[in-house]
Amino acid sequence: MEQKAYHLIIIGGGPAGLSAAVAAYDAGERSILILERDTRLGGILNQCIHNGFGLHTFQEELTGPEYAQRFIDQVKDRNIDYKLDTMVLSISKGEGNAKQVVAVNEADGLMQLTADALVLAMGCRERSRGALNIPGFRPAGIFSAGTAQRLVNIEGYLPGRRVVILGSGDIGLIMARRMTLEGAKVLVCAELMPYSGGLKRNIVQCLDDFDIPLKLSHTVVRIEGKERVEAVVIAEVGPDRKPIKGTEERYECDTLLLSVGLLPENELTIGLEADMSRVTNGPLVNESLETSIPGVFAAGNVLHVHDLVDYVSEEAHLAGESAAAYIASLEAGNGPVPHAGVLITFSGGVRYTVPATADVSRIEKWLKIRYRVGDVMTNRVVSLYLNGNRVLTKKRRVMAPGEMEELVLLKKQVEEYPVVESMEIRIEEDKA
Amino acid sequence: MVDVVIIGAGVTGCAVARFLSAYKGSFVVMERNEDVCTGTSKANSAIIHAGFDAAHGSLMAKYNILGNRMYPALSKELDFAYKNNGSLVLALSDEDIPKLEALMENGIKNGVQGLEIVDKKRLKELEPSVGHVPVAALYAPTAGIVCPFGATIAFAENACANGVEFCFDTEVKGITPGTDDEGKPCWVIQTAEGAVRTRAVVNAAGVYSDILHNMVSSQKIQIIPRKGDYLLLDRRTGGYVKHTVFQVPGKYGKGVLVSPTVHGNTIIGPTAEDIDDKEGVDTTSEGFDDLMEKAGLAFDDLPLRDVITSFAGLRAHEARHDFILGEVADAPLFFDCAGIESPGLTAAPAIGEEIAREVAEKLGLPANEGFVATRKGFTDPKSMSQEELSALIARSPEYGRIVCRCEQVSEGEIREAIRRPIGARSLDGVKRRVRAGMGRCQAGFCSPRIMDILAEEWGVDVADITKSGGHSEVIVGFVKDRM
Amino acid sequence: MKTVNLTCIGCPLGCQLEVMMEGEKILMVTGNTCQRGEAYARKEVTDPTRIMTSSVRVYGSVAGERMVPVKTASDIPKGKTMEVAASLRGVSVPCPVNIGDVVIRNVAGTGVDMIATKNVL
Repeated sequence: MEQKAYHLIIIGGGPAGLSAAVAAYDAGERSILILERDTRLGGILNQCIHNGFGLHTFQEELTGPEYAQRFIDQVKDRNIDYKLDTMVLSISKGEGNAKQVVAVNEADGLMQLTADALVLAMGCRERSRGALNIPGFRPAGIFSAGTAQRLVNIEGYLPGRRVVILGSGDIGLIMARRMTLEGAKVLVCAELMPYSGGLKRNIVQCLDDFDIPLKLSHTVVRIEGKERVEAVVIAEVGPDRKPIKGTEERYECDTLLLSVGLLPENELTIGLEADMSRVTNGPLVNESLETSIPGVFAAGNVLHVHDLVDYVSEEAHLAGESAAAYIASLEAGNGPVPHAGVLITFSGGVRYTVPATADVSRIEKWLKIRYRVGDVMTNRVVSLYLNGNRVLTKKRRVMAPGEMEELVLLKKQVEEYPVVESMEIRIEEDKA
Repeated sequence: MVDVVIIGAGVTGCAVARFLSAYKGSFVVMERNEDVCTGTSKANSAIIHAGFDAAHGSLMAKYNILGNRMYPALSKELDFAYKNNGSLVLALSDEDIPKLEALMENGIKNGVQGLEIVDKKRLKELEPSVGHVPVAALYAPTAGIVCPFGATIAFAENACANGVEFCFDTEVKGITPGTDDEGKPCWVIQTAEGAVRTRAVVNAAGVYSDILHNMVSSQKIQIIPRKGDYLLLDRRTGGYVKHTVFQVPGKYGKGVLVSPTVHGNTIIGPTAEDIDDKEGVDTTSEGFDDLMEKAGLAFDDLPLRDVITSFAGLRAHEARHDFILGEVADAPLFFDCAGIESPGLTAAPAIGEEIAREVAEKLGLPANEGFVATRKGFTDPKSMSQEELSALIARSPEYGRIVCRCEQVSEGEIREAIRRPIGARSLDGVKRRVRAGMGRCQAGFCSPRIMDILAEEWGVDVADITKSGGHSEVIVGFVKDRM
Repeated sequence: MKTVNLTCIGCPLGCQLEVMMEGEKILMVTGNTCQRGEAYARKEVTDPTRIMTSSVRVYGSVAGERMVPVKTASDIPKGKTMEVAASLRGVSVPCPVNIGDVVIRNVAGTGVDMIATKNVL
């Protein structure tokens, strides 16, 4: 069995893994290996052939594959090692600070790899029908939106001709347009919540442009057809999100696409026994994006589901730099730097923050705190309190669960707090 | 002209075929669907009952006990997953304790070994996740769990290796008495492909067994499809329960159970609802609510957020609630295996052995000297040591290419599932053999690749690949093909 | 006089815009919260445009790829979107293809080229 040691192993060669690799390299680290389970680098971006990526990172609108190629080129320019078609079977703590990675592929067979640091960049998967308990039959023709996207954009297959979509997250909206452009008829997009989780731009350009109705507060109550989907029945839901009798509408169709949420893919992380968040389903990390296991960092959708890839790249850049710094500290004989973080608490509708803890003494220039709210809210003030003192405020005209929010705390704003005992984000009504 | 036609490739039909293949003769299994194990055998609790609840003196009790005792050795002989995990029937209040005592008494009469009523303290030791409500339990150490598909395909493959022919997508349209070339009586079986003459018929048609029976007999039977909804939880819940945990029986059967599966998932089910539609495997939200409520009586912290899929199965319920087994009085050489509902999976090998013996005796079939009683299961990289796995991948690199991420199933395993003598022809066929697509993403990531492999192996267009046979094609065409 | 209703895409607020028009002339934009909303409305009612993306078949791919994704090199009139999509039917290009390669010139008479957005070997 092949046994090899690297300073840094990055699990996943999608946008997060690629960005982390480049950042670690640019921070001086040279012993890096990216492990990618698919046949090419770029991850899910390869099937996201629509445009709208990269406005923040490259100040231009790119398609998914174009955005991925920019990072793939950077990895190749730096001669960073990567292995494709390689599945990581397990990760575990080794001796001392070492981490063990067991992976498999056709060419190398089973590999036992060792690293000082890991960046977890495995991305996420889609929630399936099963996780929703949609009643009815189980015929062919029920796809998660991402599976349909792969079938259409990578394989050139048409999964159906008359389509109902459940869920108005961005992937569902994007697929409504895609199916239309590829020759299918999209009948309706139903959304359980009273608001869409997708970007306004996508609602307009993917639904309105093609006269596809969006039915908010609606869900699928029945799937008909024993072999292939023959019809889908949707109904309005009340405030308790339960279907209201008598509001059923039946759509004859051959396909139901589900765009009902993404789940960070953390089986390896759980196997490593890292502390996990019940809200994000990702690991709990500190300001360096380090998990509860020293030397194991996480970024991108494995950490929390993002809506923009630009933010994934930016976050993973930090994870790559942090991993390089961790390794440099080990190399210098200093061992892992002790961490004295406080839990970031929150109130007023924040669902979670990334990072979950922060050691402000380790902020180099600024600390970016990303968070999501649990409901649509308008005219709010978001504040950050250190030791009970308000150090930062930001006015928000509107916030929605589908759009990630951020607060940036500058180093100079924390300098007058040598000892931070508490850190809190509060959302309050804007009375001004 | 053949000796025996077995109608139905569920666990019972395949078990009959397997035991019949120990005799010399020509045997054909006819199945209306595209694969083995697509009806009642596919969607059930996947458990091997100890045998304490079937009424004493019934066929159910007899074959339950016999089958239960056969599984440990059979699972080794035929290389399928089985585990003797024991079961518990919970009393939810003191009033239930007499019911436990009655069950135990019935079980002892049936011949169940090792039954014991345990108090709350001992129950907690045996099964720490049990909630605060249950007060006592009947412990049955001989109960087990099995992969129903694994057992069925093992019976089928072994039968096939011993010369039994399997005809899929072959629905029996009619059965009439006829004569063979020598003028002796035989049965004529009508299918869409034409007529087949056979000396004997075994009716193992599950929820359709009444229709077949009633074609040949004046003593009519009626099989009522009794639907049961199930929830299946992520493998990460493995170990939530160690035993199969029942509640004291109610009007509609054994009540909601929570059990581990042999693959490490947790299963919750079934509901019980009598329906008319013999294909009515649609789930309902009322069913889900019912399951969660009832299972919640026994456990305080069921990990319901880890549900990865739900499904419904139909039990072939007969009004007298017993198996109907053996030669039909007014239809010589027509053998029923009808009304096979719970504990049918447990009873299947015992029924198979007995019916095969009866049929062989009546037909005067000699022993098959070439009979091979053992069968090698699917290559299972997960059960291998690192050295063994490395050697396998060096020999056959496709075992190093993981296609299904969630269950870590390699291309090699998928190709093997397709290439075996009774090979997978659909996505569900692959899933049931080697678990690709069975995991938490429910085939979201791997189905495009498995479709390609299926198309390549069978030499067909990918547009013809189905989810589960018939007209369950996965894709309908190609992008822009009708623009 | 007619009224055109639009949803602003500038931010999550998604203001419901009303544009009052006399023929081609915009009389008034209402419902917007900010200046960007008015600018969007004016463009959207007079000259709505989109980037259109899709994919076309490839042949001779050593990597075993079947499709290459494509996009219009610049905006096309929104009303031409489906026409452009239909014109990609049956198109097949030889590998290798590189990002930026022109796959179809002047697609559907828009004056805009369709270009590849992925390297396919």
